[in-house]
Amino acid sequence: MRLTCPLCGERDRREFYYKGDAIALNRPAPDAGTDAWDDYLYLRDNPAGVTKDLWQHELGCSAWIVVERNTVTHEVLSTALASDVKKATK
Amino acid sequence: MRYSGLRVIKEALTGHKGWKPHWRDPEPKKHYDIVIIGGGGHGLATAYYLAKKYGEKNIAVIEKGWIGGGNVGRNTTIIRSNYLLEGNGPFYELSLKLWEGLEQDFNYNAMVSQRGILNLVHSDAQRDAARRRGNAMILNGSDAELLDQDGVRALYPFLNFDNQRFPIKGGLLHRRGGTVRHDAVAWGYARGADSRGVDIIQNCEVTGFKIEDGKCLGIETSRGFIGATKVGCAVAGSSGRLMAKANMRLPIESHVLQAFVSEGLKPVMPGVITYGAGHFYCSQSDKGGLVFGGDLDGYNSYAQRGSLPVVEDVIESGISLIPALGRVRMLRGWGGVMDMSMDGSPFIDKTHIEGLYFNGGWCYGGFKATPASGLCFAHLLSTDTPHEVAKAYRLDRFMSGHMIDEKGQGAQPNLH
Repeated sequence: MRLTCPLCGERDRREFYYKGDAIALNRPAPDAGTDAWDDYLYLRDNPAGVTKDLWQHELGCSAWIVVERNTVTHEVLSTALASDVKKATK
Repeated sequence: MRYSGLRVIKEALTGHKGWKPHWRDPEPKKHYDIVIIGGGGHGLATAYYLAKKYGEKNIAVIEKGWIGGGNVGRNTTIIRSNYLLEGNGPFYELSLKLWEGLEQDFNYNAMVSQRGILNLVHSDAQRDAARRRGNAMILNGSDAELLDQDGVRALYPFLNFDNQRFPIKGGLLHRRGGTVRHDAVAWGYARGADSRGVDIIQNCEVTGFKIEDGKCLGIETSRGFIGATKVGCAVAGSSGRLMAKANMRLPIESHVLQAFVSEGLKPVMPGVITYGAGHFYCSQSDKGGLVFGGDLDGYNSYAQRGSLPVVEDVIESGISLIPALGRVRMLRGWGGVMDMSMDGSPFIDKTHIEGLYFNGGWCYGGFKATPASGLCFAHLLSTDTPHEVAKAYRLDRFMSGHMIDEKGQGAQPNLH
């Protein structure tokens, strides 16, 4: 699998560190309650199909990247800087 | 038909004409008391103990493909009871005890071989951790023995003892651990369940649940609706996919784990060894192939195949531990989908939907748990109360703060 870093271009998967589901970008407010925090920390959609996860270009520019990817075919659909994704959802 | 040595001789003299299929191929009935989704090791074991131990009569196992085609047929066949934490220790000890009597119990040759598991240590800190784990194991009724370097050398003289960075200083030996013929486990449980009246329905995919007023009334399948008073799900790597049909989100991610087999060799590896400096473990099958594996591929995946960086990583670890491996040809590798839970420990619990029960989150340790998982899930399904040794495997343990995190990695499934 190869991932396209928005800053560095297409690179080998080994340059990237995998964090997990991109749910990490939607941290609830500190007082959102235990259900919201349980959801955020522990529960996952875990789809067999298109998913979004967070990768860091660890051996490159260190940017955090949101990767849209298919978990069945390993096809990479799109990549974007996590900071841009976060701004767009605000 | 009971299998025995006498039977083998009789069949050999009469042209092997008396062997019958191990199980029937029945049409699904309209309604069952208990339906198990998933004809893998855990599902079949559950059905077996439901019929045998709990006296349940009207049971079906529903399988999307063919039985034993998932992770019970795609693992490295290791059994062990070397857990540290209270929630896990007694459960896996029960499982190992069941393995020890399994072949007599279900009258099937599963080739249970208690050849010992050795976890190597490479530093003082690792030796301390091994001693602590060994003491926890002994307290839970299991066995453990701390070996020094000479002890390890006597068992495995060919290891790389004098590696400059990771010299082998000793190991924790668990003599009752070992390996089992994995496919035979599925077949033995299937045959045992079938002979007690359990309907094993293959090529029948579950497409949805019928849930009304918070109660599960049955399942929709590719072969029509099947009514059920209780539905138990035991589908391992497909847990997320299946439970989404009941609108449930789980504390589980699906990841791919690879394993590899070398060409057949003469006996070299008497037991199972695990490397303490990299993630690598190895045993030798009765056919002679070295069976080995390492880390998860590391990112969520439902593809039953692995990626090359992990192959490289596993082989590197292997050769640094056993330099002689460099001369061995790798025959094949495969990937299985693991239901990695958020704390690395499994679930055997009711769901918030009445009549719907869940068994999953086995991470990459499901095979060794097969007998106890089946027994405890059967206990839950039949009596509606958790089995004594599986009380900790609750679905709400993250909410209540009762995680069972053997490795202390936190909610990061790809690190467990």
